[in-house]
Amino acid sequence: MKSPVLTIGVGNSDRGDDAVGLIVAQRLRQRLPAHVPILQTTGDPGCLLEALQTAETIILIDAVHSRWEAGLTSGTTGASPGTIHRFAAHESPLPADFFRCSTHAIGIPETIELARALDYLPRQLIVYGIEARDFATGTGLSAPVEQAADKLVDILCRTPECILDVCPNAQGS
Amino acid sequence: MKSRTIKIDWLARVEGEGALNVKIKDGKIADLKFKIFEPPRFFEAFMRGRKYSEAPDITARICGICPIAYQMSACHAMEDALGVKVDGQLRALRRLIYCGEWIESHALHVFLLHAPDFLGYEDAIQIARDHPDIVRRALQLKKAGNSLVTLLGGREIHPINVRVGGFYSVPTKRELASLTEKLKAARDIAVEAVRWTATLPFPDFERDYEFVALRHPDEYPFNEGRLVSNRGLDIAAHEYDKYFTEEHVAHSTALHSHIEGRGAYFVGPLARVNLNFDKLSPLARETAVSVKFKPPCRNPFKSIIARCVELVHSCDEALRIIAEYEMPDQPAVQFQMQAATGYGCTEAPRGILYHRYRIDDQGLILDAKIVPPTSQNQGSIEADLREFISANLNLPADKLQWQCEQTIRNYDPCISCSTHYLKLHLERM
Repeated sequence: MKSPVLTIGVGNSDRGDDAVGLIVAQRLRQRLPAHVPILQTTGDPGCLLEALQTAETIILIDAVHSRWEAGLTSGTTGASPGTIHRFAAHESPLPADFFRCSTHAIGIPETIELARALDYLPRQLIVYGIEARDFATGTGLSAPVEQAADKLVDILCRTPECILDVCPNAQGS
Repeated sequence: MKSRTIKIDWLARVEGEGALNVKIKDGKIADLKFKIFEPPRFFEAFMRGRKYSEAPDITARICGICPIAYQMSACHAMEDALGVKVDGQLRALRRLIYCGEWIESHALHVFLLHAPDFLGYEDAIQIARDHPDIVRRALQLKKAGNSLVTLLGGREIHPINVRVGGFYSVPTKRELASLTEKLKAARDIAVEAVRWTATLPFPDFERDYEFVALRHPDEYPFNEGRLVSNRGLDIAAHEYDKYFTEEHVAHSTALHSHIEGRGAYFVGPLARVNLNFDKLSPLARETAVSVKFKPPCRNPFKSIIARCVELVHSCDEALRIIAEYEMPDQPAVQFQMQAATGYGCTEAPRGILYHRYRIDDQGLILDAKIVPPTSQNQGSIEADLREFISANLNLPADKLQWQCEQTIRNYDPCISCSTHYLKLHLERM
């Protein structure tokens, strides 16, 4: 039995603004009742592919760096740090140049396309990408990303696809 | 004079960052370099001054795919230094968590990284569109491996429950038994995978390799055994430095290894299966024989079959260990600190992984040496490419380039490990 809705925060808590997906998930956890399912993950493709099959609507939050190019420092390209991007990933692929690509792992856009090919996508998959400023080693968000995290938490608790509005009587996952 | 250059900048579907540059002049290879340009990571240097007990968790960070291998080789080397013997159920649990890592790693490589080469796809997403069942099965198999690593290691990526002397905590019999059905289903998928990979189109290519693997009198090697080869090598782990030499070559940030006086050698699943065929589980062996895969197999492209045979073996071995498991009284054995040098060599998914540590009487690391499988295979990868390209110069540029990449992927190279990355320049001048 699928949950009506699942929120997934993706990130790396040791790489500056890359932690923002996890932090939004943690703050939502504090604001929402315990039965509302929220998942925090490093973005492991196996874990994500599994999670994508467990709910009708999924909200996924991750740090992004629009028109990402390896070696560029943030702010030199793309949107300004703290910008919140919203994608209806169940309708079309995510822009690949928004997400950090790695030779070490399958990224979020690739995992979502793999899920699409395998018919694992939920009815609705909304991806929120928060423009990051700094992916350097260390903990703590930059000021604009910190503000964006709070703003997104407010949005998610208020907008039509808000977790609570979608599943006012959800019984856990 | 006819010359050409084929250049591939970034090799895909390998773990890490590297390249291949090949220059062909008058129908002959003028220059060939398998280049590893991922920055060196200096793990050996920053291990100095750390405690012996930190070695398993620090070195595990060398690789997100085979952290267990690093933990195991580090533990065995430290235990060798400290005179610790881990046996019984704790030893069996170490084999079990290694089964989990082999299943995870082999499933990823066979289905998502290597199979696209044989089927003519760029990546796993394309395979998933045309053959979703193959990818679904791969994910199911990988999940079974993840479950083992998560249960025994505390989490599926960078597990944290392994320590010198054993584990921090051990599972109950019931917890392990909960994985039985998942592993039986995984074993069925693995048997099918052997049959399926045996039908793939293999280039007609063989070389006379020196295969090197661990060999143990009673079991298929994971953690322990003597280092043996098909050319008479038969040594203990502590003799490694006498027989194997590492050297720096300018085009690679990973050191090249060779056997003193003999040259390049081959480690990994194909070497293990060739040298330990008699120690495979009966089902793994029978499945291999049923597809006419018999040792010695000298076609490196068929390493994909060897990997699947090991998938069957790993599932079988995991099921055996779980069935015979009795929860040990203590999660780890006790020991006293002493100044010494310790040597450990275990079978990572990609082949032998050697660790050596010298520690003082407080257990602080004075020096460390780590030799991962990919750096050991670099010589054989370059030799394969040299011979394969020479024999296939008539192929169109795109096809030759494709098969060069496939030749490299036969070894499932983990470049992050070896530098602790791949870019391909195939140049016809």
